[in-house]
Amino acid sequence: MTTIKKVLLLGSGGLKIGQAGEFDYSGTQAIKALKEEGIRVILINPNIATVQTDSPAQGTDAKSENVADVVYLLPLTLPFAVQVIKKEKPDAILLGFGGQTALNLGLELEEKGILSKYKVQVLGTPVSVIRETEDRDMFIKRLQKIDVKTARSFAARNISDAKKAATKIGYPVMLRAGFALGGLGSGVVRTEKELVAKLSEIFGSSPQVLIEEDLCGWKEVEYEIVRDRTDNCISVCNMENIDPMGIHTGESMVVAPSQTLTNEEYHRLREIAIKTIRHLGVVGECNIQYALHPKTGDYRVIEVNARLSRSSALASKATGYPLAFIAAKLAMGFTLPQLKNSVTKSTTACFEPALDYIVLKMPRWDLTKFENAITQIGTEMKSVGEVMAIGRSFEEVLQKAIRMLSIGADGFVAHKNGNFRVANYLDEIKHPTTRRIFAIAEALRRGTSVSKISRLSGGIDPWFLEKMKNIMRCSRNLRRSDLPGRSDLLREDMLEAKKLGFSDIQIATLIKSTEDKIRQERMRHKILPVIKQIDTLAGEFPAKTNYLYVTYNGTENDIGRTKKSMIVLGSGPYCIGSSVEFDWSCVQALKTLSKNEYETIMINSNPETVSTDYDMSSRLYFEELSLERVLDIYQFEKARGVVISTGGQIPNNLALPLHKRGVRIMGTKPEDIDRAEDRHTFSKLLDRLEIDQPEWVELTTHKEAAIAAARIGYPVLVRPSYVLSGSAMSVAHDETSLLRFLKRAVDISTEHPVVISKFIENAREIEIDGVASRGKLIIYAITEHVENAGTHSGDATVVLPPQRTYMETIRRAKHITKDVVKELKITGPFNIQFIAKDNHLQVIECNVRSSRSFPFVSKATGYNFIDIATRAMLGKDVSGDYRTLELDYIAVKSPQFSYARIKGADPVSNVEMASTGEVACFGDTFSEALIKSMLASGFRLPRPKRRRLPYKSRRSRSEVGIPTKASGNILISLGKEENKIKLLSALQELAKMNFKLFATEHTADFMRENGIACEKVYKIGGKEPNVGTLIEKGKVDLIINIPAQAFGRDAIDGYIIRRKAVDLNIPLITNRQLAEAFIMAFAGIKASELKSISVDAYT
Amino acid sequence: MKLTLKDGTVFEGKSFGAPVSASGEVVFNTGMVGYVESLSDPSYAGQIIVLSYPLVGNYGVPERKYFESDKIQAAGLIVADYSENYSHQLACESLSEWLKRSGVPAITGVDTRALAKKLREHGVMLGIIDARPVNAVRRRLTASAFVDPNKENLVARVSIKKPETYGNGATTIVIVDCGMKENILRSLVRPEITIVRVPWDYDFANEPHDALVISNGPGDPNMCGNTIENLKRAMLMPKPILGICLGTQLLALAAGGSTYKLKYGHRSQNQPCVDQETGRCYITSQNHGYAVDAKSLPHDWAVWFTNANDGSVEGIKHKSKAWRAVQFHPEAAPGPTDTAWIFDEFIRSISI
Repeated sequence: MTTIKKVLLLGSGGLKIGQAGEFDYSGTQAIKALKEEGIRVILINPNIATVQTDSPAQGTDAKSENVADVVYLLPLTLPFAVQVIKKEKPDAILLGFGGQTALNLGLELEEKGILSKYKVQVLGTPVSVIRETEDRDMFIKRLQKIDVKTARSFAARNISDAKKAATKIGYPVMLRAGFALGGLGSGVVRTEKELVAKLSEIFGSSPQVLIEEDLCGWKEVEYEIVRDRTDNCISVCNMENIDPMGIHTGESMVVAPSQTLTNEEYHRLREIAIKTIRHLGVVGECNIQYALHPKTGDYRVIEVNARLSRSSALASKATGYPLAFIAAKLAMGFTLPQLKNSVTKSTTACFEPALDYIVLKMPRWDLTKFENAITQIGTEMKSVGEVMAIGRSFEEVLQKAIRMLSIGADGFVAHKNGNFRVANYLDEIKHPTTRRIFAIAEALRRGTSVSKISRLSGGIDPWFLEKMKNIMRCSRNLRRSDLPGRSDLLREDMLEAKKLGFSDIQIATLIKSTEDKIRQERMRHKILPVIKQIDTLAGEFPAKTNYLYVTYNGTENDIGRTKKSMIVLGSGPYCIGSSVEFDWSCVQALKTLSKNEYETIMINSNPETVSTDYDMSSRLYFEELSLERVLDIYQFEKARGVVISTGGQIPNNLALPLHKRGVRIMGTKPEDIDRAEDRHTFSKLLDRLEIDQPEWVELTTHKEAAIAAARIGYPVLVRPSYVLSGSAMSVAHDETSLLRFLKRAVDISTEHPVVISKFIENAREIEIDGVASRGKLIIYAITEHVENAGTHSGDATVVLPPQRTYMETIRRAKHITKDVVKELKITGPFNIQFIAKDNHLQVIECNVRSSRSFPFVSKATGYNFIDIATRAMLGKDVSGDYRTLELDYIAVKSPQFSYARIKGADPVSNVEMASTGEVACFGDTFSEALIKSMLASGFRLPRPKRRRLPYKSRRSRSEVGIPTKASGNILISLGKEENKIKLLSALQELAKMNFKLFATEHTADFMRENGIACEKVYKIGGKEPNVGTLIEKGKVDLIINIPAQAFGRDAIDGYIIRRKAVDLNIPLITNRQLAEAFIMAFAGIKASELKSISVDAYT
Repeated sequence: MKLTLKDGTVFEGKSFGAPVSASGEVVFNTGMVGYVESLSDPSYAGQIIVLSYPLVGNYGVPERKYFESDKIQAAGLIVADYSENYSHQLACESLSEWLKRSGVPAITGVDTRALAKKLREHGVMLGIIDARPVNAVRRRLTASAFVDPNKENLVARVSIKKPETYGNGATTIVIVDCGMKENILRSLVRPEITIVRVPWDYDFANEPHDALVISNGPGDPNMCGNTIENLKRAMLMPKPILGICLGTQLLALAAGGSTYKLKYGHRSQNQPCVDQETGRCYITSQNHGYAVDAKSLPHDWAVWFTNANDGSVEGIKHKSKAWRAVQFHPEAAPGPTDTAWIFDEFIRSISI
């Protein structure tokens, strides 16, 4: 283990569904573990918003800062990885800390002989073992050798093979059509007759069918196993899915530890897990999933993930056992008994945590952001984030978790205004949707029996449902105790409610009181929650742990208050619009506060984060980001202040309510934050400062709205007053679309009126991210969107420094910014968004908090904006000469979409944000940065046809990912004349590049008229050659489809083309400006210009 | 209903067991599953068990054959959140029903973490579960009301009264039942083995056997003078001996070593024990309040396992003879099954 001096760590890239911030946690812990041993760490990860891609601050070193020595913001693809390996010559590589992306890249590097060629040793689980766990057939065979049962599965291409397979497995069997979209054609068949009938249906559309053992209704149980090279093997955590088999574990509510397993079941599965992992030879950490039959106790191993996973991040946070850190140490060659339990600091790491609390994970979906998206949940993961609640009763954690989701739900029951009622509750229990938990609440409310709900749900254990029923019972009692003229409650009633996880708001709703009154009442009754530690040993040994939760099921605090502390509010669950970038900001704030000798207190509910690592703060409260809970903690800790400006919109919304209750908010005054949030005051403020803004009106009825829209002139932008990432925003092009949309918007938000504003077409968007101190601008970075205004800023391709904006415009933007900063007396971070048209600037939004682009601008300019902002909030002098405009390189940030996971959604940029993550790359030119950034977000370059290149040039192109194989076809489909004309010169460039161009009818006509050769394809279902068959035959390398109405909905054909592109994994561009920028960059770039240069070499 | 500790601390909660008072030594267990096995483990005789894992009763209580003895052995049970509704295929009654049927009191709604920490800091304490109605005229509990079960011969109370035989194999193992968990029996039963289970003080010298097992059991090992004397005699012969838990302490005492009382004992399912020969670390199930003093071991004995957390002795072995003993529970139930190989190794040592 001493021979290793330099390790290459592969990250996971942009956040997408199924692979989110948990890998920032695991990578960051791996870096810490490596740095502790004095190893040099090289990281490849284009996810600029992560903590792991931080470089040491100026004047410090990588070791003291616990960050990687060299960071490459590059695509996680073979060619770039090869370049980095050649250059850095690492001794070893870690594959298990960057999700499936890193694992796949690692396997590819090994397969291609790169690792052996450059003598790079794979640390941890050997590649052969990873292969065995990834390949279904090999896996089953390997486990058969030690008599471990796996779910049986056979592939069949004809009816007779399928019959044989079904007989072998035994009826009922589960059928799954191979290569089908959205689990189309899957289902359970009970007899051979049923099988034959179903098969003829499936074989009509799919060449292959998978016949699998039917495990629906079995309990789904997971274990996290750790093994060292000397065969010490432990089970760190077990978890039970509340939703049984049939629902992806990422879509399930999960409890840790298991609740309905007996000692025999718990330890039998544990024993099998250890036997399996030893047999496979995993070194480090892995996850094993089981199906457990609720009646017979029979089991099947579903899969083994021989790497850190979402589940392991959850297990790590659930138990306090630092899985990723330990896994990295084991990969280096340490053994478990050699390592210490870093929570107790005295006991060994070779033990299994004992919990004296219960943990519940709940997924956070965001499917309402997508029109046409299917809200049913099943075997595929669609959730974008998750929360974890800790408590000492199931009822408590369930209600906490629901609140933590930040979807407006106050708990399991008792929602304001009767929200979260599910009309077709029985149906939504049977065919689960993202609202199933509320459907269950509805069923219990209406008296449906637990056994019926359990049966309908396909096997949710009655134990969980009985607990839910307890909540319902308590809510009924509270409502009954609402006697006329009496708003107080008996102490025991209130205490019982609190123990069952009711918030003050819920109690207020039930007895028609207010949150503040209930809180006062509670104080009068001395009903206060207690603070408990997570110490991994259930109190058996004294532990100096700072990992805390709050519960009403206890009588004693484990700790006293801090002396001089500052609270930082985290971002809550990842969702579209609030992602790892806010976690990054929170972590930076914690670091700066602690450097300034504050004890730091982190409050967050998201297990997929670095901010919730127990060693990031002096105290970590894994808790709700609610007014009630933050007040509880603030009052207990007597903290000096609360930082609300680094965690995004959730803490930002708490600023004023906290302030009104006497909490000291750091930075800009909450009243001033509110002046920027409130559309009316902000608009007046801009008028007073003589700053232009798009015309807008606020309306409460549909009729008024239609009249106003007609007056302003279509297209118009429609949105509710308070917005989180464009939620419920849309562009209306005419009255019909306006009214259609209003119906939806008003449904979404009844409390807030609708705002209609002029939608400015063909305008560019620029943003300023900055830090101010007492109303004086200190530092700012100006970025420019590639896409025109109308693409949500979170979905835009962003460039720094601006490429197309005039100096005069930049100067003007800066002036406006200074005025706004002064007027709002900003201290701390802020972000202003502008629309620029013909050198004319309008302000569209100002957020007096850090924005999602803070990590991007910080890393691209080399100044840590949050560090400066935090010091400003502490009242330090932060003035300085910060140069952020004149950079010798270009940084481009691209959105990372997850459309492949969201069946049915239209992959077109919109005023509503749809991306789940982001990546960024640097380059010497805009073209280089853009292409690298697009590649980093999963885009693949089309392969040019018959390109005659000198041998050497060909080789160098292939080495950076431009394939030389000649077979490239590009499909072009441009709606509207304007799009065609504006793209003409770009298309002419493309034509020079020896691609075979296909175009849809009008586009083809236009191209031919302009002398561009192309093959015409007809409408889907029309005469051949038609678009549908062209795409399905897999002959297209790139699709450029620009909808007729930018930011509107166009004809169904366009939607099908785009959707097929996503489902068949064909690179797709749907925005005209991006298409133009891409083509020009692609045409102009030389292979040698896609360089692999580290962040520090640029900055 | 409330629990009063000898130092006067009171924990209040709701009764969910038998409506009776009980006195005992209050100990805490950090296992997250296995209340059925623990409650029926004779080693808990005379003790009031505090479960630090809060949610208890979830999977109900199965029929007798799954127990570790024929009844609840513990004096009382303290939990945080008893689950009235239970759900499991094997369950035939609720935990509450079982406790009531067995006449054992239990309290729910207690901050068991606070209680466990108290016991950790103070060491195990005597306590009384007080079933007298809250508003009745109550006399303060006097020190004499706290009965120390360790002053009583608990082993005699829980051991079988006359020998029993199981199986019909060529090899005979005598198990000295000091309060044996039945999973020890289940772990040793094989076609080639006959097991003769004898009472704790039974003179097995005249009982033909090939090997000897000294079982687990409750209380202070020094109370088992008869067993120690019998063991001393047995150790005049080289037949394989396996000690488990209390059996380890008895074997150590018979060999001339000594034992001491741990501050708050080991009662959990996650105790890491390192095999001193191989360095391998095993996760073990434990339930003991006394331990062997390593320094007291005669020179022909060695420490076999040590606890990776506190360094205490977790197993001893004779340097030349097949006499071995482990402080933990290789039979698990409840707890991890990592060390089940100890039984296999023991049986192999008989045939050698």
